Order: sequence, then structure tokens, then C-alpha cells
Amino acid sequence: MQPRTIRNVLAASVALGLAVTGMASADPVDDELIIDGDLKIVTQAPAPEHLQDVMDTIWSGWHFREDDTRAMQMDDFDNPGMIFVDRGLDRWNASMGTEDKSCASCHEGPESMKGLRAVTPRVDEATGKVMSIEDYVNDCVTTRMGAEALGMTSAPMKDLLALISMQSRGEIVNVAIDGPAAPFWEQGKEMYYTRYGQLEMSCANCHEDNYGLNIRSDHLSQGQINGFPVYRLKDAGLVTARQRFVGCVRDTRAETFGSGSDEFKALELYVASRGNGLAVEGVSVRH
Amino acid sequence: MANDVKPRVRVPKSAKAGESIVLKTLISHPMETGLRKDSSGAVIPRAIINRFTCEVAGKMVLDMTLEPAISTNPYIEFEAVIEEAGDIKFTWYDDDGSVYEDVKPITIA
Repeated sequence: MQPRTIRNVLAASVALGLAVTGMASADPVDDELIIDGDLKIVTQAPAPEHLQDVMDTIWSGWHFREDDTRAMQMDDFDNPGMIFVDRGLDRWNASMGTEDKSCASCHEGPESMKGLRAVTPRVDEATGKVMSIEDYVNDCVTTRMGAEALGMTSAPMKDLLALISMQSRGEIVNVAIDGPAAPFWEQGKEMYYTRYGQLEMSCANCHEDNYGLNIRSDHLSQGQINGFPVYRLKDAGLVTARQRFVGCVRDTRAETFGSGSDEFKALELYVASRGNGLAVEGVSVRH
Repeated sequence: MANDVKPRVRVPKSAKAGESIVLKTLISHPMETGLRKDSSGAVIPRAIINRFTCEVAGKMVLDMTLEPAISTNPYIEFEAVIEEAGDIKFTWYDDDGSVYEDVKPITIA
């Protein structure tokens, strides 16, 4: 008697399951990101060519967050990340180092950085190194301004990153993966599919195989970094892509690479290329 | 931390006389509670914004006491009735004696 009852229950839940999964598996939310009523941000796009075997559509992490978190990003005042953009502007204009120069001394307004966020990380032609915005900032700070390099995840660095990223808001991410970038891109791809840590998890295990599902209470996104830097409500502060990588690898119970390491530079290049087609969000809001 | 503090306010450009408008404010501040300890076990001293005020055309419309349980980067939103054109002045008072100010004008439409 008992086995049959169990079977019946199972049968019933399988039948219901079909209907329930539609809601419980929680696909990306169908919504449009329009900031302050006039700036439309591309948050879903066809997958770039190199990803077409594994997914059809790429989604910004914005689609995987709760209604009220998404709403915060739709209004520049409600987006707490904007305060760091304001702070970044103060730092942009403040001189530092022995040369008594500010960012503005050479680059004038921050608008001169328009477009940079959409094409970085990229390989610098002169040095052959992978450069993201943080690396460019520190290059200027040390070689032209005569100051000590900023910490990769320090407040001044993140403020400047927020300001520079905002100049490209709405532009479509288009990171080069061929030519000089190819070996770094391959290295990043290798890392993306490598299982790390005691939990033996790769980036792909969550963000490619299982996005849309819940890992405990968290709704797994595709792990796109077009929205970075993000204001994380959990941390009440800005988080950069490199910081997120450190956090993710740590969560697999591995010894992580440093936030300024060559490994994470390569990974950042690869992960950014998975979002080729999405728009830069400037400073986004996540939970 | 005091030099990292940055206020941000949103005020409509104009209002009708007697209209109630929404004012939004945000300030970047760690709001250290004074209850936490650092890795060596020493108490991290309290450092919060303890008072926030708003004056509309010289008249105080809000005077608020903030306590340690209020979050980092405190966001304060409230309504005020606008009777006449003038400056809306927001002031934050820090535990360390610093005072942060922001002023936005409003006109009567």
C-alpha cells in the first residue's frame, strides 16, 4: 500500500512539476532597463559567435534580480552607486603625486574616456599586456603623476573606475578576442571551465550550466560583467569584476588568485567577451 | 574617512505654492556603529552621522537624530510643503565634528 501511495505522490508532483517549474526555475525576468525614463540599456542580446554552441541569448545580471533591486537601477538617484561616480569626479580633478597633476590635467573632462569601458580589457600594443581600466589608471598614476599605485580594490580606484565606466554607459560591449588578445582569451577560457577548490566548481558549472536556477536563495545569473562595477546592497559599496572573481573562487573553497593577477586579467578578458553584445551599465545595482 | 564623505540630493526645480514635494538625500558614510571589533579585538570607535537637518527658505522643516543602527550610506527621503521660492539647505553633522552641506534652489511655478 505504502509504495503505491508514494508512487502516486511522485506521479502527481511530476505532473505538477511541469507547471510549477515555469515559475520556480525563475528564468530571467522579462523586463526592460530604461534609466530615468529615456536611456534604454541593452540587457539581452543574441550570444556572440564563440558562445553559440552553448547558449542562444545572453542576459545581463539585472534580469536575475528582484523587482525592487531592478527598480533602483532605473533611477539615477535611487542608484546608490552614483555617489561613487560623484566621488570619482572629485578625484579626477584632484592632483596627486610629485608631478602635481590630476587626471584632468592631461585628459580634461572624464568624457574623454567615453568608449573605453566597452572595449576593455584589451591588449596594449606597446607592452603586449592585458590592460583593464584599473591597469590604465595605475599606469598613469605611477609613470605620469609620480604617485604610488592605487590598491586594485581601494576606494580611490573604485571611485575612478565608476566614473570612467559611466562615460560608456549604453555602449555595446565589444572586446577583441583575436590577434594579440587570442592567447589571453584562450587562457581565460581554460580557467572558466576549470574546476577550482574543494567544491570542484568551475565558473561554467553555475553560470553556463545552471543559470536561471537557484543556488540556495540566490538566483544564478550568467555571470556577465557588463554591469560592473556594481553597487552591492549586501556590501553597501562598490564591487569590481576582479573582486567578484576573488569572491567566486573563494566560495569554491580554493586559494584564490590576487585581484591584480595575470590569471584574473585573462579571465576578465574572457568573461567580458561572453557579454559582447550587451550594453555597459555604468554602475549597476545588485543585491 | 571624513574626506570621502559625499552628499547627494534630488530636489525638483520648481513647485506650486503650497505643494508637497519629495526630497531625496543620500550621503556616502561608513556609519561605524562603535560596537564592532577589529581583528586584534580592539573596539572600532563609533563614527556616524548623528544629526540631519533640512531648511526650506530659512525655515527648519526636518531635524532628525540618527542612531548607530542606521546603515552605511544613509538614504533619507521625505516630503516638505513649499510656500515660497528659496534655497533648500541640507546639513549632515558627523560625530567627528565635520558638517556637510548641500544647497539647492527651488522656484515657484
